[in-house]
Amino acid sequence: MPESPDPSTEHLLRELAPQVLGAVIRRFHDFASAEDAVQEALIAAITQWPQQGVPDNPRGWLIQVASRRMTDQLRSDIARRARETAVMLQSELVVPPVDLDPDMNHDDTLILFFMCCHPALTSSSAIALTLRAVGGLTTGEIAHAFMVPEATMAQRISRAKQGIKASGVPFSLPSQREQVQRLRSVLHVLYLIFNEGYTSSSGPDLQRLELSQEAIRLTRSIHKLLPESSEVAGLLALMLLTDARRLARTGAGGVLIPLDKQDRTLWDQAEISEGIALLTAALSKGSIGIYQLQAAIAAVHDDAARPEDTDWPQILALYELLKSASDNPMVVLNHAIAAAMVHGPSKGLELLTALDSDPWLTEHHRLDAVRAHLLEMAGDHPAAITHYRRAASRTTSLPERNYLTTQAARLSETLSDHTNHSSDQ
Amino acid sequence: MKYMLMMNTMRAGHGVPEWPHKDLQAHIAFMMSFLKELRESGELVAAEGLSFPDQAKLVRADKNGEPITDGVFPESKEFLAGYWIVDVDTPERAYRIAAKASAAPGPGGAPLNMPIEVRPVMSGPPPEML
Repeated sequence: MPESPDPSTEHLLRELAPQVLGAVIRRFHDFASAEDAVQEALIAAITQWPQQGVPDNPRGWLIQVASRRMTDQLRSDIARRARETAVMLQSELVVPPVDLDPDMNHDDTLILFFMCCHPALTSSSAIALTLRAVGGLTTGEIAHAFMVPEATMAQRISRAKQGIKASGVPFSLPSQREQVQRLRSVLHVLYLIFNEGYTSSSGPDLQRLELSQEAIRLTRSIHKLLPESSEVAGLLALMLLTDARRLARTGAGGVLIPLDKQDRTLWDQAEISEGIALLTAALSKGSIGIYQLQAAIAAVHDDAARPEDTDWPQILALYELLKSASDNPMVVLNHAIAAAMVHGPSKGLELLTALDSDPWLTEHHRLDAVRAHLLEMAGDHPAAITHYRRAASRTTSLPERNYLTTQAARLSETLSDHTNHSSDQ
Repeated sequence: MKYMLMMNTMRAGHGVPEWPHKDLQAHIAFMMSFLKELRESGELVAAEGLSFPDQAKLVRADKNGEPITDGVFPESKEFLAGYWIVDVDTPERAYRIAAKASAAPGPGGAPLNMPIEVRPVMSGPPPEML
Protein backbone atom coordinates (compact mmCIF):
# COMPACT_ATOMS: atom_id res chain seq x y z
CA MET A 1 0.00 0.00 0.00
CA PRO A 2 1.44 3.37 -0.94
CA GLU A 3 1.53 5.90 1.86
CA SER A 4 -1.38 8.25 1.63
CA PRO A 5 -0.26 11.56 0.15
CA ASP A 6 -0.82 14.84 1.95
CA PRO A 7 -4.32 16.26 1.47
CA SER A 8 -3.21 18.98 -0.99
CA THR A 9 -1.63 16.42 -3.34
CA GLU A 10 -4.68 14.22 -3.02
CA HIS A 11 -6.91 17.19 -3.81
CA LEU A 12 -4.79 18.14 -6.82
CA LEU A 13 -4.88 14.58 -8.20
CA ARG A 14 -8.63 14.37 -7.87
CA GLU A 15 -9.07 17.73 -9.59
CA LEU A 16 -6.80 16.73 -12.45
CA ALA A 17 -8.08 13.17 -12.93
CA PRO A 18 -11.02 13.93 -15.29
CA GLN A 19 -8.99 16.43 -17.33
CA VAL A 20 -6.18 13.92 -17.77
CA LEU A 21 -8.64 11.18 -18.67
CA GLY A 22 -10.28 13.43 -21.27
CA ALA A 23 -6.91 14.15 -22.89
CA VAL A 24 -5.95 10.47 -23.01
CA ILE A 25 -9.31 9.44 -24.47
CA ARG A 26 -8.99 12.13 -27.15
CA ARG A 27 -5.62 10.75 -28.12
CA PHE A 28 -6.33 7.01 -28.02
CA HIS A 29 -10.11 6.84 -28.59
CA ASP A 30 -10.58 4.05 -26.09
CA PHE A 31 -12.45 5.02 -22.91
CA ALA A 32 -12.08 1.72 -21.05
CA SER A 33 -8.29 1.34 -21.51
CA ALA A 34 -7.66 5.06 -21.05
CA GLU A 35 -9.54 4.94 -17.76
CA ASP A 36 -7.33 2.06 -16.55
CA ALA A 37 -4.18 3.88 -17.70
CA VAL A 38 -5.16 7.06 -15.85
CA GLN A 39 -5.85 5.04 -12.71
CA GLU A 40 -2.32 3.64 -12.94
CA ALA A 41 -0.89 7.12 -13.48
CA LEU A 42 -2.73 8.37 -10.39
CA ILE A 43 -1.38 5.50 -8.32
CA ALA A 44 2.12 6.23 -9.65
CA ALA A 45 1.70 9.87 -8.58
CA ILE A 46 0.49 8.86 -5.11
CA THR A 47 3.64 6.77 -4.69
CA GLN A 48 6.19 9.08 -6.33
CA TRP A 49 5.14 12.65 -5.64
CA PRO A 50 5.48 12.56 -1.84
CA GLN A 51 9.14 11.50 -2.29
CA GLN A 52 10.16 13.30 -5.48
CA GLY A 53 7.99 16.36 -5.13
CA VAL A 54 5.07 17.47 -7.28
CA PRO A 55 6.23 18.00 -10.91
CA ASP A 56 6.09 21.51 -12.41
CA ASN A 57 3.35 20.47 -14.78
CA PRO A 58 1.41 17.85 -12.84
CA ARG A 59 -1.27 17.53 -15.48
CA GLY A 60 1.28 17.02 -18.26
CA TRP A 61 3.11 14.48 -16.07
CA LEU A 62 -0.07 12.45 -15.55
CA ILE A 63 -0.99 12.59 -19.26
CA GLN A 64 2.53 11.47 -20.13
CA VAL A 65 2.53 8.53 -17.71
CA ALA A 66 -0.97 7.41 -18.72
CA SER A 67 -0.10 7.73 -22.42
CA ARG A 68 3.07 5.70 -21.96
CA ARG A 69 0.99 3.05 -20.24
CA MET A 70 -1.42 3.07 -23.20
CA THR A 71 1.45 2.83 -25.66
CA ASP A 72 2.98 -0.10 -23.78
CA GLN A 73 -0.38 -1.81 -23.79
CA LEU A 74 -0.79 -1.24 -27.53
CA ARG A 75 2.73 -2.51 -28.21
CA SER A 76 2.16 -5.68 -26.26
CA ASP A 77 -1.22 -6.21 -27.94
CA ILE A 78 0.41 -5.83 -31.35
CA ALA A 79 3.31 -8.07 -30.36
CA ARG A 80 0.92 -10.71 -29.11
CA ARG A 81 -1.08 -10.56 -32.29
CA ALA A 82 2.14 -10.72 -34.31
CA ARG A 83 3.30 -13.76 -32.35
CA GLU A 84 -0.03 -15.38 -32.94
CA THR A 85 0.28 -14.90 -36.70
CA ALA A 86 4.03 -15.60 -36.52
CA VAL A 87 4.71 -12.40 -38.41
CA MET A 88 6.91 -9.92 -36.61
CA LEU A 89 6.65 -6.65 -38.42
CA GLN A 90 8.31 -3.94 -36.39
CA SER A 91 7.02 -1.39 -38.85
CA GLU A 92 3.51 -2.12 -37.73
CA LEU A 93 4.26 -0.83 -34.28
CA VAL A 94 2.61 2.44 -34.99
CA VAL A 95 1.72 4.24 -31.83
CA PRO A 96 0.65 7.80 -31.35
CA PRO A 97 3.37 10.16 -30.13
CA VAL A 98 3.40 11.01 -26.44
CA ASP A 99 4.26 14.68 -26.91
CA LEU A 100 1.83 17.17 -25.49
CA ASP A 101 -1.43 17.52 -27.30
CA PRO A 102 -2.09 21.01 -28.71
CA ASP A 103 -5.70 20.42 -27.71
CA MET A 104 -4.87 19.57 -24.13
CA ASN A 105 -6.49 22.56 -22.53
CA HIS A 106 -9.84 21.06 -23.25
CA ASP A 107 -11.89 20.28 -20.12
CA ASP A 108 -13.76 17.07 -20.76
CA THR A 109 -15.11 16.74 -17.24
CA LEU A 110 -18.67 17.41 -18.31
CA ILE A 111 -18.55 14.78 -21.09
CA LEU A 112 -17.20 12.30 -18.54
CA PHE A 113 -20.02 13.07 -16.12
CA PHE A 114 -22.60 12.37 -18.82
CA MET A 115 -20.80 9.21 -19.86
CA CYS A 116 -20.34 7.70 -16.40
CA CYS A 117 -23.93 8.48 -15.36
CA HIS A 118 -25.41 7.15 -18.59
CA PRO A 119 -28.95 5.85 -17.98
CA ALA A 120 -27.96 2.49 -19.54
CA LEU A 121 -25.91 1.74 -16.38
CA THR A 122 -27.30 0.49 -13.08
CA SER A 123 -27.00 3.03 -10.30
CA SER A 124 -24.32 1.05 -8.47
CA SER A 125 -22.19 0.86 -11.65
CA ALA A 126 -22.67 4.54 -12.40
CA ILE A 127 -21.72 5.49 -8.83
CA ALA A 128 -18.52 3.42 -8.89
CA LEU A 129 -17.46 4.60 -12.33
CA THR A 130 -18.16 8.26 -11.59
CA LEU A 131 -16.09 8.14 -8.41
CA ARG A 132 -13.16 6.59 -10.26
CA ALA A 133 -13.21 8.27 -13.68
CA VAL A 134 -14.45 11.73 -12.68
CA GLY A 135 -13.59 11.72 -8.98
CA GLY A 136 -10.09 10.35 -9.44
CA LEU A 137 -10.43 7.92 -6.54
CA THR A 138 -8.63 4.61 -6.51
CA THR A 139 -10.55 1.33 -6.68
CA GLY A 140 -9.30 0.56 -3.16
CA GLU A 141 -10.72 3.81 -1.78
CA ILE A 142 -14.10 3.24 -3.43
CA ALA A 143 -14.24 -0.37 -2.23
CA HIS A 144 -13.42 0.76 1.29
CA ALA A 145 -16.16 3.40 1.23
CA PHE A 146 -18.76 0.84 0.17
CA MET A 147 -17.32 -1.87 2.42
CA VAL A 148 -16.89 -4.45 -0.32
CA PRO A 149 -13.67 -6.25 -1.35
CA GLU A 150 -11.44 -4.37 -3.79
CA ALA A 151 -11.71 -7.20 -6.36
CA THR A 152 -15.50 -6.85 -6.31
CA MET A 153 -15.30 -3.09 -6.91
CA ALA A 154 -12.77 -3.62 -9.71
CA GLN A 155 -15.21 -6.01 -11.41
CA ARG A 156 -18.07 -3.58 -10.97
CA ILE A 157 -16.07 -0.80 -12.63
CA SER A 158 -14.92 -3.01 -15.45
CA ARG A 159 -18.49 -4.15 -16.12
CA ALA A 160 -19.69 -0.56 -16.08
CA LYS A 161 -17.12 0.23 -18.76
CA GLN A 162 -18.24 -2.76 -20.81
CA GLY A 163 -21.77 -1.41 -20.51
CA ILE A 164 -20.69 1.94 -21.89
CA LYS A 165 -18.82 0.27 -24.72
CA ALA A 166 -21.82 -1.92 -25.57
CA SER A 167 -24.24 1.00 -25.59
CA GLY A 168 -21.95 2.82 -28.04
CA VAL A 169 -22.03 6.18 -26.24
CA PRO A 170 -19.81 8.57 -28.23
CA PHE A 171 -17.19 10.61 -26.38
CA SER A 172 -18.88 13.93 -26.98
CA LEU A 173 -21.43 16.17 -25.34
CA PRO A 174 -25.05 15.10 -25.83
CA SER A 175 -27.20 17.44 -27.88
CA GLN A 176 -28.60 20.46 -26.07
CA ARG A 177 -32.02 18.80 -25.97
CA GLU A 178 -30.71 15.50 -24.68
CA GLN A 179 -28.57 17.23 -22.05
CA VAL A 180 -31.60 18.18 -19.95
CA GLN A 181 -32.59 14.53 -19.58
CA ARG A 182 -29.04 13.30 -19.13
CA LEU A 183 -28.24 15.95 -16.53
CA ARG A 184 -31.08 14.53 -14.45
CA SER A 185 -29.25 11.16 -14.35
CA VAL A 186 -25.98 12.86 -13.39
CA LEU A 187 -27.61 14.74 -10.53
CA HIS A 188 -29.37 11.60 -9.35
CA VAL A 189 -26.07 9.70 -9.20
CA LEU A 190 -24.43 12.55 -7.25
CA TYR A 191 -27.41 12.62 -4.89
CA LEU A 192 -27.07 8.85 -4.31
CA ILE A 193 -23.34 9.22 -3.58
CA PHE A 194 -24.15 11.94 -1.07
CA ASN A 195 -26.75 9.81 0.71
CA GLU A 196 -24.48 6.78 0.65
CA GLY A 197 -22.05 8.89 2.67
CA TYR A 198 -24.59 8.86 5.47
CA THR A 199 -25.80 5.28 5.26
CA SER A 200 -22.43 3.59 5.02
CA SER A 201 -20.58 5.52 7.71
CA SER A 202 -21.35 4.89 11.33
CA GLY A 203 -19.18 7.34 13.17
CA PRO A 204 -16.10 9.46 12.80
CA ASP A 205 -13.47 7.41 10.98
CA LEU A 206 -10.55 9.41 9.65
CA GLN A 207 -9.42 6.56 7.44
CA ARG A 208 -12.74 6.33 5.67
CA LEU A 209 -13.34 8.28 2.54
CA GLU A 210 -16.16 10.68 3.19
CA LEU A 211 -18.52 9.96 0.33
CA SER A 212 -20.73 12.90 1.16
CA GLN A 213 -17.72 15.24 0.95
CA GLU A 214 -16.79 13.67 -2.36
CA ALA A 215 -20.34 14.19 -3.66
CA ILE A 216 -20.18 17.85 -2.63
CA ARG A 217 -16.83 18.26 -4.39
CA LEU A 218 -18.11 16.66 -7.61
CA THR A 219 -21.32 18.71 -7.51
CA ARG A 220 -19.23 21.85 -7.03
CA SER A 221 -17.23 20.96 -10.12
CA ILE A 222 -20.35 20.47 -12.25
CA HIS A 223 -21.80 23.69 -10.84
CA LYS A 224 -18.65 25.48 -12.01
CA LEU A 225 -19.12 23.99 -15.50
CA LEU A 226 -22.86 24.72 -15.64
CA PRO A 227 -23.30 27.85 -13.50
CA GLU A 228 -26.61 28.69 -15.17
CA SER A 229 -28.32 25.41 -14.22
CA SER A 230 -30.54 26.17 -11.25
CA GLU A 231 -31.07 22.47 -10.44
CA VAL A 232 -27.30 21.88 -10.19
CA ALA A 233 -27.12 24.84 -7.82
CA GLY A 234 -30.18 23.48 -6.00
CA LEU A 235 -28.55 20.08 -5.49
CA LEU A 236 -25.33 21.65 -4.25
CA ALA A 237 -27.35 23.83 -1.85
CA LEU A 238 -29.31 20.78 -0.64
CA MET A 239 -26.09 18.89 0.06
CA LEU A 240 -24.52 21.80 1.95
CA LEU A 241 -27.65 22.55 3.97
CA THR A 242 -28.00 18.87 4.92
CA ASP A 243 -24.31 18.32 5.56
CA ALA A 244 -24.28 21.38 7.85
CA ARG A 245 -26.16 19.29 10.44
CA ARG A 246 -23.87 16.26 10.18
CA LEU A 247 -22.07 16.66 13.52
CA ALA A 248 -25.35 17.12 15.36
CA ARG A 249 -27.08 14.10 13.78
CA THR A 250 -25.35 11.47 15.87
CA GLY A 251 -24.40 11.28 19.51
CA ALA A 252 -21.96 9.05 21.41
CA GLY A 253 -21.58 5.64 19.82
CA GLY A 254 -23.42 6.69 16.66
CA VAL A 255 -26.83 7.13 18.35
CA LEU A 256 -29.24 8.95 16.02
CA ILE A 257 -30.49 12.33 17.16
CA PRO A 258 -33.64 13.60 15.41
CA LEU A 259 -33.81 17.18 14.16
CA ASP A 260 -35.82 18.55 17.10
CA LYS A 261 -33.32 17.17 19.66
CA GLN A 262 -30.10 18.25 17.93
CA ASP A 263 -27.62 20.67 19.49
CA ARG A 264 -28.01 23.44 16.93
CA THR A 265 -24.80 25.15 17.97
CA LEU A 266 -23.04 22.23 16.24
CA TRP A 267 -24.56 23.14 12.88
CA ASP A 268 -21.99 24.42 10.40
CA GLN A 269 -22.92 28.06 9.82
CA ALA A 270 -20.49 28.51 6.91
CA GLU A 271 -22.14 25.67 5.00
CA ILE A 272 -25.58 27.04 5.85
CA SER A 273 -24.72 30.54 4.54
CA GLU A 274 -23.18 29.14 1.37
CA GLY A 275 -26.18 26.87 0.79
CA ILE A 276 -28.66 29.70 1.32
CA ALA A 277 -26.74 32.04 -1.01
CA LEU A 278 -26.65 29.37 -3.74
CA LEU A 279 -30.34 28.64 -3.29
CA THR A 280 -31.37 32.30 -3.34
CA ALA A 281 -29.49 32.85 -6.59
CA ALA A 282 -30.96 29.67 -8.12
CA LEU A 283 -34.54 30.49 -7.13
CA SER A 284 -34.29 33.90 -8.80
CA LYS A 285 -33.63 32.18 -12.14
CA GLY A 286 -37.20 30.97 -12.55
CA SER A 287 -37.64 27.23 -13.07
CA ILE A 288 -37.88 25.44 -9.73
CA GLY A 289 -37.03 21.74 -9.57
CA ILE A 290 -37.11 19.07 -6.89
CA TYR A 291 -33.58 19.71 -5.57
CA GLN A 292 -34.25 23.43 -5.10
CA LEU A 293 -37.47 22.61 -3.25
CA GLN A 294 -35.74 20.13 -0.95
CA ALA A 295 -32.93 22.62 -0.41
CA ALA A 296 -35.53 25.27 0.48
CA ILE A 297 -37.03 22.92 3.09
CA ALA A 298 -33.58 22.21 4.53
CA ALA A 299 -32.92 25.97 4.60
CA VAL A 300 -36.08 26.65 6.62
CA HIS A 301 -34.99 24.04 9.20
CA ASP A 302 -31.43 25.40 9.29
CA ASP A 303 -32.75 28.91 9.78
CA ALA A 304 -34.47 28.09 13.09
CA ALA A 305 -32.30 28.69 16.15
CA ARG A 306 -34.65 26.51 18.25
CA PRO A 307 -37.01 23.74 17.08
CA GLU A 308 -40.01 25.84 18.18
CA ASP A 309 -38.86 28.66 15.88
CA THR A 310 -39.28 26.43 12.79
CA ASP A 311 -41.52 28.00 10.19
CA TRP A 312 -43.73 24.93 9.65
CA PRO A 313 -46.36 26.70 7.48
CA GLN A 314 -43.53 27.56 5.08
CA ILE A 315 -42.29 23.93 5.12
CA LEU A 316 -45.82 22.68 4.53
CA ALA A 317 -46.21 25.00 1.53
CA LEU A 318 -42.90 23.73 0.11
CA TYR A 319 -43.98 20.10 0.58
CA GLU A 320 -47.22 20.88 -1.28
CA LEU A 321 -45.10 22.03 -4.22
CA LEU A 322 -42.72 19.09 -3.93
CA LYS A 323 -45.63 16.65 -3.83
CA SER A 324 -46.90 17.93 -7.16
CA ALA A 325 -43.39 17.74 -8.68
CA SER A 326 -42.34 14.30 -7.42
CA ASP A 327 -44.08 10.95 -6.97
CA ASN A 328 -41.66 9.84 -4.25
CA PRO A 329 -43.75 8.31 -1.41
CA MET A 330 -41.25 9.65 1.16
CA VAL A 331 -42.32 13.15 0.15
CA VAL A 332 -45.92 12.27 0.96
CA LEU A 333 -44.85 11.03 4.41
CA ASN A 334 -42.85 14.16 5.16
CA HIS A 335 -45.77 16.25 3.94
CA ALA A 336 -47.98 14.54 6.55
CA ILE A 337 -45.47 15.43 9.28
CA ALA A 338 -45.44 19.08 8.16
CA ALA A 339 -49.26 19.10 8.09
CA ALA A 340 -49.32 17.70 11.63
CA MET A 341 -46.94 20.41 12.82
CA VAL A 342 -49.19 23.12 11.37
CA HIS A 343 -52.71 21.73 11.86
CA GLY A 344 -52.17 19.22 14.65
CA PRO A 345 -51.47 15.46 14.72
CA SER A 346 -55.00 14.39 13.74
CA LYS A 347 -54.58 16.16 10.38
CA GLY A 348 -51.32 14.29 9.81
CA LEU A 349 -52.84 10.95 10.79
CA GLU A 350 -55.77 11.61 8.46
CA LEU A 351 -53.32 12.14 5.57
CA LEU A 352 -51.56 8.87 6.43
CA THR A 353 -54.82 6.92 6.14
CA ALA A 354 -54.81 7.67 2.43
CA LEU A 355 -51.44 5.92 2.16
CA ASP A 356 -52.62 2.62 3.65
CA SER A 357 -53.64 1.43 0.20
CA ASP A 358 -50.13 1.97 -1.20
CA PRO A 359 -48.67 -1.56 -1.30
CA TRP A 360 -45.08 -0.31 -1.34
CA LEU A 361 -45.51 2.02 1.62
CA THR A 362 -47.46 -0.37 3.82
CA GLU A 363 -44.45 -2.70 3.73
CA HIS A 364 -42.04 0.15 4.45
CA HIS A 365 -40.98 0.99 7.99
CA ARG A 366 -41.19 4.76 7.42
CA LEU A 367 -44.98 4.73 7.32
CA ASP A 368 -45.06 3.06 10.75
CA ALA A 369 -42.32 5.35 12.09
CA VAL A 370 -44.18 8.49 11.02
CA ARG A 371 -47.50 7.15 12.29
CA ALA A 372 -45.89 6.29 15.65
CA HIS A 373 -44.50 9.82 15.90
CA LEU A 374 -47.87 11.42 15.13
CA LEU A 375 -49.73 9.07 17.52
CA GLU A 376 -47.29 10.06 20.25
CA MET A 377 -47.96 13.73 19.48
CA ALA A 378 -51.70 12.98 19.72
CA GLY A 379 -51.16 11.37 23.13
CA ASP A 380 -52.14 7.84 22.06
CA HIS A 381 -49.10 6.19 23.58
CA PRO A 382 -50.17 2.51 23.43
CA ALA A 383 -50.80 2.80 19.66
CA ALA A 384 -47.56 4.78 19.21
CA ILE A 385 -45.62 1.98 20.94
CA THR A 386 -47.14 -0.61 18.59
CA HIS A 387 -46.12 1.37 15.52
CA TYR A 388 -42.63 2.22 16.80
CA ARG A 389 -42.08 -1.51 17.30
CA ARG A 390 -43.47 -2.41 13.90
CA ALA A 391 -41.21 0.18 12.29
CA ALA A 392 -38.24 -1.18 14.28
CA SER A 393 -38.88 -4.70 13.02
CA ARG A 394 -38.93 -3.51 9.40
CA THR A 395 -36.05 -1.06 9.10
CA THR A 396 -32.75 -2.32 7.71
CA SER A 397 -30.76 0.49 9.34
CA LEU A 398 -29.16 -0.51 12.61
CA PRO A 399 -28.98 2.99 14.20
CA GLU A 400 -32.59 3.61 13.17
CA ARG A 401 -33.72 0.30 14.69
CA ASN A 402 -31.99 1.25 17.94
CA TYR A 403 -33.66 4.65 17.82
CA LEU A 404 -37.14 3.19 17.21
CA THR A 405 -36.90 0.47 19.86
CA THR A 406 -35.67 3.10 22.33
CA GLN A 407 -38.66 5.32 21.53
CA ALA A 408 -41.01 2.39 22.20
CA ALA A 409 -39.21 1.55 25.46
CA ARG A 410 -39.33 5.18 26.64
CA LEU A 411 -43.08 5.40 26.01
CA SER A 412 -43.70 2.03 27.69
CA GLU A 413 -41.94 3.26 30.81
CA THR A 414 -44.02 6.43 31.00
CA LEU A 415 -47.11 4.23 30.62
CA SER A 416 -46.14 1.90 33.48
CA ASP A 417 -44.99 4.87 35.63
CA HIS A 418 -48.39 6.33 35.08
CA THR A 419 -50.08 3.05 36.07
CA ASN A 420 -47.90 2.80 39.20
CA HIS A 421 -48.77 6.35 40.21
CA SER A 422 -52.47 5.72 39.76
CA SER A 423 -52.34 2.54 41.87
CA ASP A 424 -50.43 4.45 44.59
CA GLN A 425 -53.30 6.85 45.00
CA MET B 1 -28.08 -3.23 -0.48
CA LYS B 2 -26.32 -6.13 1.10
CA TYR B 3 -28.00 -9.46 1.71
CA MET B 4 -26.85 -12.60 3.43
CA LEU B 5 -27.83 -15.83 1.67
CA MET B 6 -27.76 -18.70 4.13
CA MET B 7 -27.65 -22.26 2.96
CA ASN B 8 -29.41 -24.47 5.47
CA THR B 9 -29.03 -28.19 5.16
CA MET B 10 -31.23 -30.83 6.72
CA ARG B 11 -29.61 -32.31 9.78
CA ALA B 12 -30.80 -35.78 8.87
CA GLY B 13 -28.02 -37.45 6.91
CA HIS B 14 -25.64 -34.57 7.58
CA GLY B 15 -21.98 -34.88 6.94
CA VAL B 16 -20.19 -35.84 3.78
CA PRO B 17 -22.85 -36.63 1.22
CA GLU B 18 -22.64 -40.22 0.06
CA TRP B 19 -23.32 -39.46 -3.56
CA PRO B 20 -21.86 -41.10 -6.65
CA HIS B 21 -18.48 -39.68 -7.60
CA LYS B 22 -19.77 -38.03 -10.77
CA ASP B 23 -22.61 -36.28 -8.95
CA LEU B 24 -20.32 -35.02 -6.19
CA GLN B 25 -17.93 -33.61 -8.74
CA ALA B 26 -20.75 -31.89 -10.58
CA HIS B 27 -21.97 -30.36 -7.31
CA ILE B 28 -18.52 -29.07 -6.36
CA ALA B 29 -17.94 -27.69 -9.86
CA PHE B 30 -21.28 -25.93 -9.72
CA MET B 31 -20.47 -24.27 -6.38
CA MET B 32 -17.09 -23.11 -7.66
CA SER B 33 -18.47 -21.60 -10.84
CA PHE B 34 -21.34 -20.02 -8.89
CA LEU B 35 -18.79 -18.24 -6.70
CA LYS B 36 -16.76 -17.19 -9.74
CA GLU B 37 -19.86 -15.71 -11.37
CA LEU B 38 -20.67 -13.66 -8.27
CA ARG B 39 -17.11 -12.39 -8.14
CA GLU B 40 -17.18 -11.41 -11.81
CA SER B 41 -20.54 -9.68 -11.57
CA GLY B 42 -19.07 -7.33 -8.97
CA GLU B 43 -21.61 -8.41 -6.35
CA LEU B 44 -19.69 -10.70 -4.01
CA VAL B 45 -18.88 -9.29 -0.58
CA ALA B 46 -18.00 -12.50 1.26
CA ALA B 47 -18.65 -16.23 1.21
CA GLU B 48 -17.74 -18.96 3.65
CA GLY B 49 -18.50 -22.62 4.05
CA LEU B 50 -18.85 -23.94 7.59
CA SER B 51 -17.68 -27.21 9.09
CA PHE B 52 -20.11 -30.05 9.61
CA PRO B 53 -22.10 -29.97 12.88
CA ASP B 54 -19.96 -32.62 14.56
CA GLN B 55 -17.19 -29.98 14.73
CA ALA B 56 -19.52 -27.46 16.39
CA LYS B 57 -19.42 -26.51 20.06
CA LEU B 58 -22.03 -24.63 22.00
CA VAL B 59 -20.40 -22.09 24.28
CA ARG B 60 -21.88 -20.30 27.30
CA ALA B 61 -20.23 -18.18 29.96
CA ASP B 62 -20.18 -19.55 33.49
CA LYS B 63 -20.66 -17.22 36.47
CA ASN B 64 -17.01 -16.06 36.21
CA GLY B 65 -17.38 -15.36 32.51
CA GLU B 66 -15.32 -18.45 31.66
CA PRO B 67 -16.40 -20.48 28.64
CA ILE B 68 -18.29 -23.72 29.16
CA THR B 69 -18.27 -25.72 25.97
CA ASP B 70 -20.92 -28.22 25.21
CA GLY B 71 -19.86 -30.89 22.80
CA VAL B 72 -23.33 -32.08 22.13
CA PHE B 73 -24.93 -30.16 19.37
CA PRO B 74 -28.63 -29.69 20.08
CA GLU B 75 -31.06 -31.63 17.98
CA SER B 76 -32.35 -29.24 15.36
CA LYS B 77 -33.82 -30.03 12.01
CA GLU B 78 -31.42 -27.83 10.04
CA PHE B 79 -27.95 -26.43 10.34
CA LEU B 80 -26.12 -23.60 8.60
CA ALA B 81 -23.78 -25.09 6.03
CA GLY B 82 -22.44 -21.85 4.58
CA TYR B 83 -23.31 -18.36 3.44
CA TRP B 84 -22.76 -15.71 0.80
CA ILE B 85 -23.02 -11.94 1.33
CA VAL B 86 -23.87 -10.08 -1.88
CA ASP B 87 -24.19 -6.38 -2.63
CA VAL B 88 -27.00 -5.94 -5.16
CA ASP B 89 -29.27 -3.22 -6.53
CA THR B 90 -32.62 -4.85 -5.70
CA PRO B 91 -33.98 -7.55 -3.37
CA GLU B 92 -35.25 -9.38 -6.49
CA ARG B 93 -31.66 -9.76 -7.65
CA ALA B 94 -30.73 -11.29 -4.28
CA TYR B 95 -33.63 -13.75 -4.61
CA ARG B 96 -32.51 -14.68 -8.12
CA ILE B 97 -28.99 -15.43 -6.90
CA ALA B 98 -30.44 -17.48 -4.03
CA ALA B 99 -32.62 -19.47 -6.45
CA LYS B 100 -29.55 -20.31 -8.47
CA ALA B 101 -27.75 -21.64 -5.39
CA SER B 102 -30.88 -23.51 -4.37
CA ALA B 103 -30.90 -25.41 -7.66
CA ALA B 104 -27.37 -26.78 -7.17
CA PRO B 105 -27.18 -30.29 -8.63
CA GLY B 106 -27.55 -33.24 -6.26
CA PRO B 107 -27.68 -37.01 -6.78
CA GLY B 108 -28.33 -37.90 -10.39
CA GLY B 109 -27.71 -34.28 -11.34
CA ALA B 110 -31.23 -33.30 -10.27
CA PRO B 111 -31.57 -29.84 -8.68
CA LEU B 112 -31.50 -30.01 -4.88
CA ASN B 113 -33.89 -27.04 -4.51
CA MET B 114 -32.60 -26.57 -0.99
CA PRO B 115 -33.94 -23.67 1.08
CA ILE B 116 -31.78 -20.55 1.04
CA GLU B 117 -32.60 -17.98 3.70
CA VAL B 118 -32.18 -14.42 2.38
CA ARG B 119 -31.89 -11.57 4.88
CA PRO B 120 -30.91 -7.91 4.50
CA VAL B 121 -27.67 -6.92 6.23
CA MET B 122 -28.30 -3.92 8.47
CA SER B 123 -26.91 -0.62 7.19
CA GLY B 124 -25.85 2.66 8.78
CA PRO B 125 -28.18 5.57 9.53
CA PRO B 126 -30.92 6.55 7.05
CA PRO B 127 -30.43 9.72 4.97
CA GLU B 128 -32.71 11.96 7.02
CA MET B 129 -34.50 11.67 10.33
CA LEU B 130 -37.36 13.96 11.17
